[in-house]
Amino acid sequence: MNDMSGGNYTTADGRKIGNTLMEMKNITLRFGGVVAIKDISFDIHEGEIRAIIGPNGAGKSSMLNVVSGFYNPQEGEVWFRGKKRPPMKPYQVAQQGIARTFQNIALFEGMSVLDNIMTGRLTHMKSGMFAQALWLGKAEREETQNREVVEKIIDFLEIQTIRKTPVGRLPYGLKKRVELARALAAEPKLLLLDEPMAGMNVEEKEDMSRFILDVNDEFGTTIALIEHDMGVVMDLSDRVVVMDYGKKIGDGTPDEVRNNQEVIDAYLGVAHD
Amino acid sequence: MFYREAGDFSTTYPQDSQTFPIKFDRYRYYVVLAIAFLVLPFVMNDYWANAVFVPFLIYSIAAIGLNILTGYCGQVSLGTGGFMAVGAYSCYKLMTAFPEVSILIHVMLAGGITAAVVTLFGLPSLRIKGFYLAVATLAAQFFLVWLFNKVPWFYNYSASGQISAPERSVFGIVVTGPNTEAWAKYLVCLIFVTICAVIARNLTRGTIGRTWMAIRDMDIAAEIIGVNPLKAKLTAFMVSGFFVGIAGALFFAVYLGAAEVGESFGIDKSFLVLFMIIIGGLGSIFGSFAGAAFMVLLPVLLKNIFVGGLGWPTDLAAHLNFIVAGGLIIMFLILEPHGLAQLWRLAKEKLRLWPFPH
Repeated sequence: MNDMSGGNYTTADGRKIGNTLMEMKNITLRFGGVVAIKDISFDIHEGEIRAIIGPNGAGKSSMLNVVSGFYNPQEGEVWFRGKKRPPMKPYQVAQQGIARTFQNIALFEGMSVLDNIMTGRLTHMKSGMFAQALWLGKAEREETQNREVVEKIIDFLEIQTIRKTPVGRLPYGLKKRVELARALAAEPKLLLLDEPMAGMNVEEKEDMSRFILDVNDEFGTTIALIEHDMGVVMDLSDRVVVMDYGKKIGDGTPDEVRNNQEVIDAYLGVAHD
Repeated sequence: MFYREAGDFSTTYPQDSQTFPIKFDRYRYYVVLAIAFLVLPFVMNDYWANAVFVPFLIYSIAAIGLNILTGYCGQVSLGTGGFMAVGAYSCYKLMTAFPEVSILIHVMLAGGITAAVVTLFGLPSLRIKGFYLAVATLAAQFFLVWLFNKVPWFYNYSASGQISAPERSVFGIVVTGPNTEAWAKYLVCLIFVTICAVIARNLTRGTIGRTWMAIRDMDIAAEIIGVNPLKAKLTAFMVSGFFVGIAGALFFAVYLGAAEVGESFGIDKSFLVLFMIIIGGLGSIFGSFAGAAFMVLLPVLLKNIFVGGLGWPTDLAAHLNFIVAGGLIIMFLILEPHGLAQLWRLAKEKLRLWPFPH
């Protein structure tokens, strides 16, 4: 394996990984007296699939929330695309090109699948209120152009048949897929997936894994994901961060992480004598 | 048989996302418009205009306005009466201050002023939600009624404390004041309703509508995909205020002719419009019309049955009216919580398959 700390490298399956897209520097996040994340640093490279794993309560979701702007850490710096990011609201983070899905699906239940995914295009919509009120020129053109992009994503994720179904009526697995579609519709530079396979059966997991790999492959989207299914994580990801009790205990390729003694201890427990 | 998508192929995205995807619906829409504009004005008389059509049309605008705020954006408002009063009083002040300007422009400006005021009262929505926001808008209702009672400048220091609409005409046709013809009142309201409904439909099917609905359905997820909650909520308050203000201005200038704020724009107005959108269907433009029609027509219908048909005394009929209307509202909410718009959708689903069972 090449040196991964600084620059580009090539993965085992021959994909070229680019420069650093996002870098977290010495992040510490506290809720009152509870330290959720303690002095964690890691980076995400362009084109990479990066996983964050760890036992329950390790601070993985908190970490993702820091990246997506829900929490502002008390200490540390977030660097995105070569610039230090000031404290931001989540919608500003979205406008910078970071999209995410949620552990518990967060779709708009009252809207159709199509409308949900169209909402994901929001950061690409520029027409003003008056143009929209009269449905003239720019507003209509923009709607059609964005619809074309959305239809490509619908094709890609194979959800054509449920296009106009209200999301509330869909089964769990499809909802997960629609949520992925909505995040993809933003054409994000960085896609965050919070437990994309939670609660799925084996086939659904296989489908979802295939979609994640295809997204990375076809659109070149950088992906950071949290997942509990070790088999999936080790197969999908290029590099893995392991967290436990808010601290980083391992970072490297799946093989390196698998053989890391601290990681084994965290997952299997350690003998106290 | 005739109500089918079959054979009606959309080959472009604009075609696919049009308001009435089924051909029959499109023709029905044009027929309704043609009758409303070309037939009804010629057969309109005072009774039909004052009892049915003018209040129905004006309440439809108010219901569309509230539906945008509550049905589409999920922000409950109990201040509709007060906001209508803002429209009415600003229209009155504009009419008396600038008599040479067209009343149509005054009504639009009244909508704009109301939009600004409602946006101001919408600011707390960034911090509070649900019932608590409803209480905040209730405060707006009481404050506005108090303000228009207390400050004589708003009613031009008139002795009675009332405002009354001076006579104004559009293209030589009198549209406000006591000498207005029934058809003129009707036509003015119809034009405003048509424009408002088209604008509302365009806004709700596009980007802005989706941001509103995203905020309504899940505000956290909305924010994560780039919806600025401040902007989304305040635009909903603003657009809603614009429609409600127009409704208030027309209600005073065209329908009532003279108004006293506590009586015409009290809390009962707020509830009336809220009932309209709940019965009609939250988050539906058609529902706003259906709800307004239901709440306006039902008392007229019951009165005709009780007094005209059965010959009962008017006071008894008036009281029975409350009981029956209340009972029907409760029954509706139990049978179809999503309102008349949902019933309409179900009927259309059935009609699409008819005469086959599925």
